[in-house]
Amino acid sequence: MLDIDTLAAQAETLSKKLNISKYDISGSAIDSTSVQIDQGKPKQVKASQRSSVTVRVWNDAGTIGIASTSDIDMEGMELALKTAKEASNFGNKENIPGFSPEAKTPVADLKHPKVAPLPVNALIEKLAAAETELLGAHEAIDSLPYNGISQTESEGFYVNSDGARRVDGGTSAVTYLYTKAQEEDRRPRSAGAYRVGYGVEELDLKGCIAETAEKTISHLGYDKIETGKYTVVFSPEAMLSLVGAFSNMFNAQNILDNMSLSDKDSLGKELASPKLSVYDDELHEANIGASTFDGEGTPTRRVALIEKGVLTGFLHSAGTAKRLDAKPTGHANLGAKVTVSPNFFHIAGGEGGDLSLETAENVVYIDELSALHAGVQAMQGSFSLPFDGWVVNKGQKVSVESATVAGDIRELLKNIAQVDVEEKQTPSGVAPHIWVEGLSITGE
Amino acid sequence: MVVAPPMLTSTISNSEAAPAKTNFGADWEKTFSTLLGLGRAAGADFIEFFLERVNYINCLAEDDAITSIAPRISTGAGVRVFVGQADCYVSTNDLTFKGLKLALEKALSIMGLQLPAPSAFVPEVYLEPLRDYVALRGKDAWLDGCSSMAEMGDVLLAANGQLNKTASHVQARRAAYFRDWQEVLVAASDGTFARDMRLTQSVGYNLLCADGDHRSSINKRVGSTGEPGFLRNWAYSNDAEEVADSAGKMLYAGFVESGSYPVIMANEFGGVIFHEACGHLLETTQIERKTTPFLEKKGEKIAHENLTAWDEGISPNAFGTIDMDDEGMPAQRTLLIENGILKNFISDRAGSMRTGHPRTGSGRRQGYSFAPASRMRNTYIAPGEFSMDDLFGSIDKGLYCKKMGGGSVGPTGEFNFAVDEAYLIENGKITKPQKGATLIGTATDIMDKISMCSKDLGLAAGFCGSVSGSIYVTVGQPHLKVDGITVGGR
Repeated sequence: MLDIDTLAAQAETLSKKLNISKYDISGSAIDSTSVQIDQGKPKQVKASQRSSVTVRVWNDAGTIGIASTSDIDMEGMELALKTAKEASNFGNKENIPGFSPEAKTPVADLKHPKVAPLPVNALIEKLAAAETELLGAHEAIDSLPYNGISQTESEGFYVNSDGARRVDGGTSAVTYLYTKAQEEDRRPRSAGAYRVGYGVEELDLKGCIAETAEKTISHLGYDKIETGKYTVVFSPEAMLSLVGAFSNMFNAQNILDNMSLSDKDSLGKELASPKLSVYDDELHEANIGASTFDGEGTPTRRVALIEKGVLTGFLHSAGTAKRLDAKPTGHANLGAKVTVSPNFFHIAGGEGGDLSLETAENVVYIDELSALHAGVQAMQGSFSLPFDGWVVNKGQKVSVESATVAGDIRELLKNIAQVDVEEKQTPSGVAPHIWVEGLSITGE
Repeated sequence: MVVAPPMLTSTISNSEAAPAKTNFGADWEKTFSTLLGLGRAAGADFIEFFLERVNYINCLAEDDAITSIAPRISTGAGVRVFVGQADCYVSTNDLTFKGLKLALEKALSIMGLQLPAPSAFVPEVYLEPLRDYVALRGKDAWLDGCSSMAEMGDVLLAANGQLNKTASHVQARRAAYFRDWQEVLVAASDGTFARDMRLTQSVGYNLLCADGDHRSSINKRVGSTGEPGFLRNWAYSNDAEEVADSAGKMLYAGFVESGSYPVIMANEFGGVIFHEACGHLLETTQIERKTTPFLEKKGEKIAHENLTAWDEGISPNAFGTIDMDDEGMPAQRTLLIENGILKNFISDRAGSMRTGHPRTGSGRRQGYSFAPASRMRNTYIAPGEFSMDDLFGSIDKGLYCKKMGGGSVGPTGEFNFAVDEAYLIENGKITKPQKGATLIGTATDIMDKISMCSKDLGLAAGFCGSVSGSIYVTVGQPHLKVDGITVGGR
């Protein structure tokens, strides 16, 4: 993995040689192995060791340039610094960012376990056993076209010419199982699940198998859904993906670029039902791949975005924070133009209510939204998305054959009828089930 | 006759020099010959090395400022080892002899093999003379012929200025450009030894307009391969006019009413429908997974008799054009469907090995950290015999999908596409603009409903994400009519 001291010393030597007095460097090194199987045998095994760094330099005129490289030896770093210096001549002359004021303040101590990797054969055996179990779960399940287990060790770092030095890293493992099932004279159906952990041994494979099997079997008895307006129950995963797709609402850089549904005066305004509170919390205990600092070296933290329906915070880089008279929040990605992105959403469990899948009539349960890259108009606030899910009538579930859900995110947030109490931890965030009234479903 | 003495494992040192990583040429023959021989001696059935150098840059103009110029330089290698039909892929940034040998050893060890004992013979692999498309096609000067950073900024600012003059109710305007220069070298134990260089460039607009609560956002992107002067020759005035016109019309558009309609899909990027609904299902990757409804359909009718479709890598300067694929095989033109009959699949080496369908020069990957897979290149529906009047005149009430957004296809053949710009068709005429439409269906259903193709084949640059990463492709079609499709809306 990376030797940050060597890298910092290299950068110092080279910057002197190239007359660069102000610079910072962000990067990562990743070592990963993954396996995929087919009918009990390994189909493809992949292993990779890769590093990448982004260097940012300020020239004498104060403008910045960047360059990225995968070559982190002296030769590669010199080329990157030279290229960044050249690019700095064309850097934006307005709103030039400096170092983060928090690049040297203490970061959280996550104490995440670091798990040793397993031999490849062990991964193959675990996956093959999972395949056998799933194929035996129902006679209609004929294959696992998508499956895998991967284990990764990663390290990230940040250094700057002002003496900041940050490094952290950890291990993670992921498994996913995706079935295909078909009954005679019926359309093929599929379903999947995935799990994450710090290492392969602690992956909840049994839970992943059970969830995949249960979902697949429940999708076999599918039916068309009549087009119309429905009360919709979003699974935690579905709601998190929708909030993520419209995260420009919270993104200070997007706001400054006029590319957001919010503006700088939106703070304090009612954005959603009072039942909803949303946070971004990189340091949440459920976030396996958490980092303690962002691309500018700013410590990551929990940020309140919506509290009781009111917009209470934005996600910031050092530059956006300065321009909007706020504090950086640890959401920056280093670049010629520093971008801001969410880390790990936490939608807080609510007070619940009378609505229940056991008693509700004719509601649509959306388990997973698809094609968000295509069906979300983030700047317009609208979405029209295919989904996997069920019509639920007093606890009885019937799989929806093929349908889309459409609406406007601002209306959806206002029309939340219930936020369930229980939160679910997912790889992309934490959320409860959320009930929304009056959404358009297109089916038959 | 003199017999060359065989090499022994013990004579191969980790400190053996590999050629410079900035020079992918015939100098690499000895290194690969030795490493491939080592792999064969260890018991691998097939070994392939892939070396890559990338010099990438993107530039962004927002309103009247250049807000980002971001170069990226990378070098890497991948080694793939087959034992029977199973394979292992290991990638690394280390292009020294030692680094490549370590990657090979790791791949071998994952496959349950190990390097032979020091006293073992190493039957070095005799490679073909370097098949050098860089020299053959005069590509050496490509990178130097591209726009400088200064020129990138000048062109994008001028283009963004033009958009500001043309559009109204502008909230944000962006012009973005990238240049991706890639040099690759492939060497394999079947003797393949080939070098290529790819130059891919793309530039386009993103316009956001707002008037009160009304909003519209329109994107337009053009792309090319192998044209160093692409950016400086960009006809941005035409594109600015098109984008401004579309954004203006969509600003006050109503939401489409959901239901099932006959649809006319525009040419050029309308071809994404064939790419998603059918193209992916003709890749041998899908046959291996048994996730295509066309699995056993070669030679059978799978589409309307008016539909013929191609996938090829040879159209000059098209976004998916390649002289060779990432396995060193020359590109070719592949007839996919002829008058509704399935003729061929899209196959890479592993796909061919596992399914029996012949390779088509379609083994592609994003970069060295991905193993190649069967992927599309320039994929389009061939022009037909109908006029535009024939198409529109056949519809009393339907939808004209003028500008498509992205789409995707799932493992059961269900697809979806977003429509960025749509209009109602009423009594054969284009009437009101409509937004918020998503087209959904299944491949087997829709292929038989593409009943009319006009004569105006048009191609468009696109990006395709799949198992071997994101690659550059062309989608295309003439204007065509789909007899009925589910339109998701409000």
